[in-house]
Amino acid sequence: MKIGTPKEVLAGEARVAMTPDSALQLQKLGYDCAIQAGAGLAAGFTDAAYAAAGVTVVKTAPALWKEADIIAKVRPPTEAELKRLSKGKTLVSFFYPGQNEKLLEAAKGTGANVIAMDMVPRISRAQKMDALSSMANIAGYRAVIEAGNNFGRFFTGQVTAAGKVPPAKVLVIGAGVAGLAAIGTSTSLGAITYAFDVRPEVAEQIESMGAEFVFLDFEETGQNSAATGGYAAPSSPEFREKQLEKFRELAPEIDIVIATALIPGRDAPVLWTKDMVEAMKPGSVIVDLAAERGGNCELTKPDEKIVTDNGVTIVGYTDFPSRMATQSSTLYATNVRHMMTDLTPGKDGTVNHNMEDDVIRGATVTHEGEITFPPPPPKVAAIAAAPKKEKPKELTPAEKKAAELAAFQAQTRSQVTLLTVGGGLILLAGLFAPASFMQHFIVFVLSVFVGFQVIWNVSHSLHTPLMAITNAISSIIILGALMQIGSSSTLVMILAALSVFMAAINIFGGFLVTRRMLAMFQKS
Amino acid sequence: MEFGFTTAAYVVAAVLFILALGGLSGQESAKRAIWYGIVGMAIAVLATLIGPGHGLWLASLVLIAGGAAIGYQLATRVQMTQMPELVAIMHSLVGLAAVFVGFNAHFTIGGVEAAHAAGTAVEGVFASLVAHKTPVEITILQIELVLGVWIGAVTFTGSVIAYGKLAGKVDSVAKKLPGGHMLNAGAAALSAIFAIWYFSGGGLVALILLTILALFIGYHLIMGIGGADMPVVVSMLNSYSGWAAAAIGFSLGNDLLITVGALVGSSGAILSYIMCKAMNRSFVSVILGGFGGTAGPQQAVEGEMIAIEAEGVAASLNEADSVIIVPGYGMAVAQAQQSVAELVRKLRAAGKEVRFGIHPVAGRLPGHMNVLLAEAKVPYDIVLEMDEINDDFPSTDVAIIIGSNDIVNPAAQDDPNSPIAGMPVLEVWKAKQVFVSKRGQGTGYSGIENPLFFKDNTRMFYGDAKASLDKLLPLID
Repeated sequence: MKIGTPKEVLAGEARVAMTPDSALQLQKLGYDCAIQAGAGLAAGFTDAAYAAAGVTVVKTAPALWKEADIIAKVRPPTEAELKRLSKGKTLVSFFYPGQNEKLLEAAKGTGANVIAMDMVPRISRAQKMDALSSMANIAGYRAVIEAGNNFGRFFTGQVTAAGKVPPAKVLVIGAGVAGLAAIGTSTSLGAITYAFDVRPEVAEQIESMGAEFVFLDFEETGQNSAATGGYAAPSSPEFREKQLEKFRELAPEIDIVIATALIPGRDAPVLWTKDMVEAMKPGSVIVDLAAERGGNCELTKPDEKIVTDNGVTIVGYTDFPSRMATQSSTLYATNVRHMMTDLTPGKDGTVNHNMEDDVIRGATVTHEGEITFPPPPPKVAAIAAAPKKEKPKELTPAEKKAAELAAFQAQTRSQVTLLTVGGGLILLAGLFAPASFMQHFIVFVLSVFVGFQVIWNVSHSLHTPLMAITNAISSIIILGALMQIGSSSTLVMILAALSVFMAAINIFGGFLVTRRMLAMFQKS
Repeated sequence: MEFGFTTAAYVVAAVLFILALGGLSGQESAKRAIWYGIVGMAIAVLATLIGPGHGLWLASLVLIAGGAAIGYQLATRVQMTQMPELVAIMHSLVGLAAVFVGFNAHFTIGGVEAAHAAGTAVEGVFASLVAHKTPVEITILQIELVLGVWIGAVTFTGSVIAYGKLAGKVDSVAKKLPGGHMLNAGAAALSAIFAIWYFSGGGLVALILLTILALFIGYHLIMGIGGADMPVVVSMLNSYSGWAAAAIGFSLGNDLLITVGALVGSSGAILSYIMCKAMNRSFVSVILGGFGGTAGPQQAVEGEMIAIEAEGVAASLNEADSVIIVPGYGMAVAQAQQSVAELVRKLRAAGKEVRFGIHPVAGRLPGHMNVLLAEAKVPYDIVLEMDEINDDFPSTDVAIIIGSNDIVNPAAQDDPNSPIAGMPVLEVWKAKQVFVSKRGQGTGYSGIENPLFFKDNTRMFYGDAKASLDKLLPLID
C-alpha cells in the first residue's frame, strides 16, 4: 500500500507529516511512500531529499490523494480535502473530533477510516505515538524562547563589570507536558522559575525540573488526575479564588508568565486577569499557550502579539510548533510512523485495522462508514490511582516526652542493676581473695571495660583487620614465655622457647597482614 | 627484684594497644593506628628482654627472628580470600602458646616447692616471684593457670578445625559424634572434676588429663558448627585466645598480659555478638550448632526460576542509572572480586551510580567482603552497610546478587515459620530488576528455599560467578 503526504493547506502551517527519515522507516514496514511536491519545503526538507530516501514526488495534491491508500497529514482535513477521501482509504492526522462534529459527519460520509492523532490514549504503550505531547513539548520550549525574544533583559542573573543584573522571574501556570518543557527551558536559561498546577501530585515533577512549586494554602487540593487520564479537571470556585489571590500576590514580581493551563474539552480557564496584567512591571511578557482556546490571560488576542498600556507584551500565537517546523515535523512524522507500525503488525505493507487494540480503537474516529467517537474507556487504566497514603501517627510532644522518659528510666534501671550485681560480686571476691590478686583483678575489669568502649566504635568494614590486629596483639603472651625461658628446668625452657617462636610468627604475621589489608582500603 | 622501668614501658604499650584498636573506627585513622600497635608490641618485648626476661637473650632473639621470617612469609603470600583460614590458624598458635606457658607455670611451682623442701634458693624471675607467695596465693595461681590452659587448649583444637573447615580440608558440614551436646557437657563437667583434683594435689597427671579433655571439647564443638556460622566461630575463637592470654597474665602476675588479653577477649565477644544479631540467633544456638526448630510448615514457594543470559543482563545494566551489588561467600569462592571491581569501574565510567550492600555475616569472617572489595580497589565509600542501604532499594534500577543466598531471603520477613524468620536481610527484591549470579538451583547454607529466586523481577544468571562476570564485561558499554 502507499502512504502519501500532501502539502498542508492551512495558511502559515509549515509542518509536514512525513520526513525523509520517517519515509525510510515506513518503507521497512513494506509501504511505498509518496509526497506532494514542495510539501516539506517550509520545514526544511527538499523534494530532492525525499526522492533520495525513495519517496515518489507527486506534482499535485489531487493526484496524491488519488494515488495514496493512506494519507498522513498534520492539520485536520478541510472539507475540500475530505471530498477526495473514499472507502478503503485511511486518513491519519489531527482531527479534534470533539470540536469538529460537522467534519466528523463528513468523514463518515466518505466511508474512509480516520485515525485522529490527538485521540491516542495516554497509556505507556502509546507514548511513542502521542503527538499531542510531542507538540506540547515543542510549544513549551518555544514559548520561553518567544518570551525571551520579547523580554528586554537576561534570564540569568549576572554580576558584570558594568553592574549587577538581576535574574528574571518566570511563572509557569499548568505543569503538563508544555509546562514542564517550559520549566526545563527557563531554568536552563538561568531564570528563577516558579510553577503552579491544580494537581498537587505534579509538585514532585516540577521540583525535579528545577522550579519551585507554588503551594496554595487550601484544604481541598485533592485533585487526583488519575481519574481523568492525567489531565486537569475544573476546580471548585473557592479553590479558584484562592488561586487567583496567590497569582495577584505574585504578579508584581514576575517578569515572564507562561500560561499553559488547559482542561480537555473546555475553554481555557482565565487565570491571569486584567488587574494582574496591570500590576506587572513594564517590559514583562506573557506567553499564552492556551490562546487557541480563549487564553489563560484575560487580555490575550489569539494569533496576535499585543502590548498593553503599561508596557506588558502578551503573546497569543497559536502556532508555536509550526514556528519550529523542522523539529516538530521530525517528531510528528515519528509519531505517525509508530502509529503505522502498530497498524502493520505483519510488516507486510498492509493495514490491519484491529479495533480490539486499545490504542488503535481509541484513536479511530470513523471506521467503515461508522462514527466510532467517543471510544469506550481503555481496558488499561491510564495511570494507576494513587493508593491512599496512611499517615504515620504523630505523637504529641507530651507523649514523646513520656516515651523518652520511660526509655531513660528503663535504661537507668538496667544499668543500676548491672552495676549493683557486678559490684556485689567483686566485693564478694575481695572478701576471699588476697590483695595481690585483687590488684590484678582491677586491671582486668578496667581493661574489659575499655575494650568494650573502644571496640563498639570500630567500623563494620574493618572487622577483618580488627581480627588480624587483635590476633597480633594477643601474642603478647610472648612476654610470659620470655620470662620463663631463663628457667633452670630444661623442659620449661623448651616449652617456653616453642611459645616464643609461635608467638613471634603471630606478631609479625598479624601486624603485616593487617597493614596489607588497611593499605587496600582506598577512597574514590 | 623490682622492674620499675619495665612496668613503665608496659603502661606505654597498653596505651598504644588501646589507641591501635580505637583507631580502627575509620579507614584513614586505621592506617596510623596499626603503627601504634607495632610500636606498642616492640616496646613490650624489648622491655621484657631488658627486664625480667634477660635469661637467654640470644636464644630469644634468634627464636623471634625465626618466627618473624615465617610470619612475614605468611602475611605476604596469603590471598585475601584465604583471610579466614589465616586468622583461624593464627588463633591456634596463641592457644598453644598459652597451654605451654601454663604448663611451665605448673613446673615452676613444682620446682619452687622442691627448692623449698631442699632449702636451696630458686633461679629465674618467675620462680622467685612464686617463691614469695602464700599458700592461698598459690591456689589462686593454680586456678588461673588451669583456666589459661583449658581455654588455650579449646582455642587450639577449635582453631585448627576451623582452619580445616575454612580451607576445605575438613568437611564444612556440621558433624557431631553420637551423644552430641551431652558429650561436650560431660567433658566440661569432667574437666571441672579434674581441676578440683589438681588443686587438691593431683599434680601433672590431673593437668594433662584436663588438657586432653579441653582439646577434645575444642575439636568437637567446632566440628558441630559450619557454613555460614563460621564468622561467629572465628570471632568466638578470637575472643577465647584473648581470655587465655588474660588468664595466663593472672598466673604470671603480668598486668600487660591481663590488659591486652581483656582487650582482645572483649573485642572478639563484641564481634560474636554483632554476628549473632545479624543472623537474629542467640549466641548459644549458634554454638550448639544447627538451626532451631520451626514453628510450622514453611510457606510454599510458587512460580519458577527464570534464567537469563549475559546479553540480557548487559542490556539492563546499560539502561540502568543506579545499581546495587550484594556480594556473598560465592564471590570469595569464585575469586570473582577483580571481575566485580572491573564491572563497577565500567559502570561508574558510564556515569551510573554503583554501590555495594554488605550484610554483616556475608562471607566467612566479619568484614570479609569489605577486605575482598578493597583488595580489588573498589573505593570503600561506595561499600555500604545493610542499614545504610536498605532504604535505597526501591529507587534502584538493578540489584545484582553475587553468591549470596540467605542474606537476601525475603522469607525472613514474610514467612513467620521460616527458620530464618526475623533475621535482618537486604531487601533486594524491592529493586526494579534483580539478577542472581549463582552456580545452580540449590539452597543456601540454611537449606531453605529462597522465594527471591521465584519473584517476577528476578532473573537467574547461572554459572560460576567469575566466569559469568567475565562473559558480561565485554557487553557493557
